[in-house]
Amino acid sequence: MTVAVQVRGLVRRFTQKGVLDGVDLDIAAGEFVALLGRSGSGKSTLLRALAGLDHDTEGSGSIVVPRLLSVVFQDARLLPWKRVLDNVVLGLGGRDAEARGREALAEVGLTGREKAWPYELSGGEQQRAALARSLVREPALLLADEPFGALDALTRIRMHALLRRLIAIHHPAVLLVTHDVDEAIELADRIVVLDDGRIAADIRISLPSAGASRRQRASDLRARLLGLLGVEAGTDRSIDQAEPRLSA
Amino acid sequence: MNAPFSYPPAAVSSRSDRDVPAIAARPAVRRLGLGAPLAWGWLLGPLLLVLYWSVLSINGYLDPRILPAPWTAIETAGQLIRDGRLQDNLAISAWRAAQGLAFGVVAGVGLALLSGLSLLGGYVIDGLVQLKRGIPILALIPFLVLWFGVGDAMKVTVIALMVFAPVYIQTHAALRAIDLKQVELAETLRLSRWRFIRHVVLPGALPGLLTGLRFGVTAAWLALVVVEQLNATSGIGYMITLARNYAQTDVMLVGLVVYALLGLLSDGVVRIVQHRALAWRRTLAS
Repeated sequence: MTVAVQVRGLVRRFTQKGVLDGVDLDIAAGEFVALLGRSGSGKSTLLRALAGLDHDTEGSGSIVVPRLLSVVFQDARLLPWKRVLDNVVLGLGGRDAEARGREALAEVGLTGREKAWPYELSGGEQQRAALARSLVREPALLLADEPFGALDALTRIRMHALLRRLIAIHHPAVLLVTHDVDEAIELADRIVVLDDGRIAADIRISLPSAGASRRQRASDLRARLLGLLGVEAGTDRSIDQAEPRLSA
Repeated sequence: MNAPFSYPPAAVSSRSDRDVPAIAARPAVRRLGLGAPLAWGWLLGPLLLVLYWSVLSINGYLDPRILPAPWTAIETAGQLIRDGRLQDNLAISAWRAAQGLAFGVVAGVGLALLSGLSLLGGYVIDGLVQLKRGIPILALIPFLVLWFGVGDAMKVTVIALMVFAPVYIQTHAALRAIDLKQVELAETLRLSRWRFIRHVVLPGALPGLLTGLRFGVTAAWLALVVVEQLNATSGIGYMITLARNYAQTDVMLVGLVVYALLGLLSDGVVRIVQHRALAWRRTLAS
């Protein structure tokens, strides 16, 4: 089994997004890992360390990542002065760049919007363009920092399906940072829970493909993960539903 | 969320009867926006000024020896054009301004790039520019006359120096204000420094550069006025100076109007460039 990511004894201190206190993590080639954690647990810090974006933070430890990696941020980060296609091919060289860009846009369902300005796209479309930009480079590792966090629930469901389809085509290793337990269960092969800068749980998901037993197992997993995140499963929901608030 | 259930139906209907007379009308323009723009709307102010001026002239409030009427100015302009004096002087002035503008913009943008994109460049250049800004151009002119003589080289240099400052300041500020998020993006895409500058930095700084250019264009005409009053033997400024010696207020007035129109026209050109180049932006004005 080829290893895409190897992290040993990673320590990061004094960062705005939480500290890391000795993290070891391996991700196999083509493996989809969801990184769960409360805010401040250090999950974004870990992702930024893997992306090589934590220049001025103090720390130690070793990181091995593929040279060719892509990052999807929570905001699409399209350059507003470039049309959608030019944004997608920004990191590409070579003659076939434009053809590859068009193909990548077709994969995310944005054919026909090549010449649009980013502001003309909806939030979901912008994030799809960002996905196209990150995958057109055929990265060995895709780092995604709450990529669907700013999208509405319906768009998010569609994006989950799209992401799964794209991963099946390009099969990079994926590290998806999220605080959404359901999203993690839905997408990942493996869920790593980060708490206070340490790995609190590392769970391989092997749910039956469908049926009642899948739902039951998923529900158990969900309760367990919520417990690890310090939320009593069920209670938060029942409040929303049982007490209609006058202010709403 | 489920708000409609909490209202009694009667209350809902009485509300809409009373306070919402135009409930279906979608506002055609943004309520807090500027409204629909008129193509020639910017002419309104200048036209009002000419109207006011005409009224005062007709009523005799304005002594023609102090300020001639607008039609006198037009008549004189016609006369000057028939003589060939206006267009000859205008061509000379425009050529001086264009050269100064070109040198000033190239120097402003070039030095802003050097000082905006490298620390050392910033340390060396920025302080010098601030020093230069502190010296009024009028105080510098005697030296420039010493160095370059009283010919066109001195005149173009003065204009370039006046143009340089705003272009430099605005471009430099815009370069240093590039969003860190976009820098991060460029890093994760492993853009080379050159591609980063070309695709991220320069387009990102373009709005600032164009603002600087607008100031620069205005500065070019202002500087032109200054230098053409000094030892000039041609140009609009010379025409005005000569007219002053003979108390020809109408010719002086034509000179002023030409300066004003040149300023307005060139600013309009820069604004069109701005509009084209910044089509990707959505702002209150767009």
